[in-house]
Amino acid sequence: MRLHEYQAKDVFADAGIPVPDSRLASSVDEVVAAVEDIGFPAAIKAQVHVGGRGKAGGIKIATSEEEAREYADDILGMDLKGYTVDRVLVEAGVDFEDELYVGVTMDRGEGRPVAMVSEKGGVNIEEVAAEEPEAIAREHIDPAFGMHPYQARKAVYGAGIDRDIARQVSSILTTLYDLWEDKDASDAEINPLMVTSDREVIAADAVLNVDDDALFRHPDLAEMEDEAAGDELEAKANKYGFDYVRLSGNVGIIGNGAGLVMTTLDLVDYYGGEPANFLDIGGGAKAERVTNALDMVFSDPNVDSVVFNIFGGITRGDEVAKGINEALEAFDEIPKPVVVRLAGTNAKEGMEILNTELVQVEETLEDAVQRAVENAKEVSQ
Amino acid sequence: MSILVDDDTRVVVQGITGGEGSFHTEQMMEYGTNVVAGAVPGKGGQEVKGVPVYDTVHDAVSEEDADASVIFVPPAFAADAMFEALDTSLDLVVAITEGVPTQDMAKVYRRLNETDTHLIGPNCPGIITPGEAKLGILPGNIFSDGNVGLVSRSGTLTYQVVDNLTQRGIGQTTAIGIGGDPIIGTSFVDALELFEADTETEAVVMCGEIGGEDEEQAAKFIAENMDTPVAGFIAGRTAPPGKRMGHAGAIVSGSGTGTAESKIEALNDAGTPVGDTPEEVADHIEHFLS
Repeated sequence: MRLHEYQAKDVFADAGIPVPDSRLASSVDEVVAAVEDIGFPAAIKAQVHVGGRGKAGGIKIATSEEEAREYADDILGMDLKGYTVDRVLVEAGVDFEDELYVGVTMDRGEGRPVAMVSEKGGVNIEEVAAEEPEAIAREHIDPAFGMHPYQARKAVYGAGIDRDIARQVSSILTTLYDLWEDKDASDAEINPLMVTSDREVIAADAVLNVDDDALFRHPDLAEMEDEAAGDELEAKANKYGFDYVRLSGNVGIIGNGAGLVMTTLDLVDYYGGEPANFLDIGGGAKAERVTNALDMVFSDPNVDSVVFNIFGGITRGDEVAKGINEALEAFDEIPKPVVVRLAGTNAKEGMEILNTELVQVEETLEDAVQRAVENAKEVSQ
Repeated sequence: MSILVDDDTRVVVQGITGGEGSFHTEQMMEYGTNVVAGAVPGKGGQEVKGVPVYDTVHDAVSEEDADASVIFVPPAFAADAMFEALDTSLDLVVAITEGVPTQDMAKVYRRLNETDTHLIGPNCPGIITPGEAKLGILPGNIFSDGNVGLVSRSGTLTYQVVDNLTQRGIGQTTAIGIGGDPIIGTSFVDALELFEADTETEAVVMCGEIGGEDEEQAAKFIAENMDTPVAGFIAGRTAPPGKRMGHAGAIVSGSGTGTAESKIEALNDAGTPVGDTPEEVADHIEHFLS
């Protein structure tokens, strides 16, 4: 789960990391009231879950009330890479000399956390990592002990950070690690960590991504989940508790198990079709879940055909078949052609109860996908 | 022959009194697995499906001489269950639980490196040596015994590929689902090393997916250390960058690593053919065996 900048900054500030004075605003008048409080210059920053907000016009610096009004009007309601901006963070502009980067993430290859520091903040850190990896100092942390202070110092000196601010940056990195661990984060980053002309450091941005699997330990963070911030269908999938990703094609895909569903997507592509979505109904799905899955896929206007691919282990073919029947029998006319492939546990029983007047049945994965791709081509013509 | 499990393996089921635990204990025993004990705190002295339950894994292991455990414990308690299993001298621990927090796994992984135990999972279907034993939730009926090893990050994809093999009369030595999480106990390299050392395994199928660099490391291992031929499959070619596709680990980062292309290229460079479809993977295996 990804927190908005303003939410992450609250968490960072609570932990003792310095952040600029700011207000959240959702109307032009609120922005104007906020800049009156904060003073000029003030940054007006779109609060949406996309990277590269600045380049896309989602961050502007106002130096007067007229500008604040104009920029607020520009940014509020704008479409930023598919997301509508309904809130902005109005933040005191920082007079800075340098921009640094500090971050903590899980190095999955090593199976342990890594803390990172770089002098090259304020830019796309992924590009720095790819093009000049030596510009980022890395320190792996033993998760049994947490970060020792010497490790923070080692990373900070290793990155060539000026001595006059090294102590401040080390302290922020240590705090960031503790916070990363405490909040079960997958990533905690400050980019840029600005160095002011008074040689103070301050977090001008804040990224905090929390491990979805650990949210049960963090009800306060779980409450911050912004369902409106995503795609409408993805929000619906969230409600049903599905793993769902919306894609741009027209073949709707439902299956069980992430690897098998991904494979079904890949085969749709391989046979000349375009997947409309990834939808994993998960293990042991009962009839109602299957009905919800079909409802999800049918409610996507881009979908022209559907393929159902179930390989039962925990999931039982007869339960799935019952769900498909129930879902489809509710329609006077099936909205889009549905191809079903059932294998594994109770597949035979499933095939016997499946209402074959409502669906097309194929025995192999390859045949099912090819048929669904053909169906999509016919429907879209 | 087989790796890690056979009909002598003596199994403790952690979480045997739960719904999943008791259901799959029965399934495992029906398959022939030697389930000798259960371990559930506070439930010592009970019996499930005729299997004695102990309060601690230690008691279960010492009383019943177990050498493996399989974990069906909810995510909040799964790391603790793994620590408890690692604190005994078990040869093998299989963690089925889905949704274990990644930081918990980092700590378990740290502890694992101090032991001689093999940990499979978490978030995996388990391991099966067809005709002998299974530890986990794999549907036994699609497997058949033979000479092909299989290692996979995905459960249902394992079933799919095994089905493609079995339908052609190609049996398996052992199949392992290692799980799709960012941090897991047994990696592709660990499993490939075991298959390479197994005299009965004549070919190996390796099913990977987007995210991480385990497949790239496996490719390097295959090129440098393996005589046994390997055929691969990589799921997630069509996945958009930045989106998590079900498995916690199946996310393509924006910087070009962990993509299906990079994995397929690494495997091809190691002389490992990668099928475009599961059927093509079976074609490659058939070719190796002929």
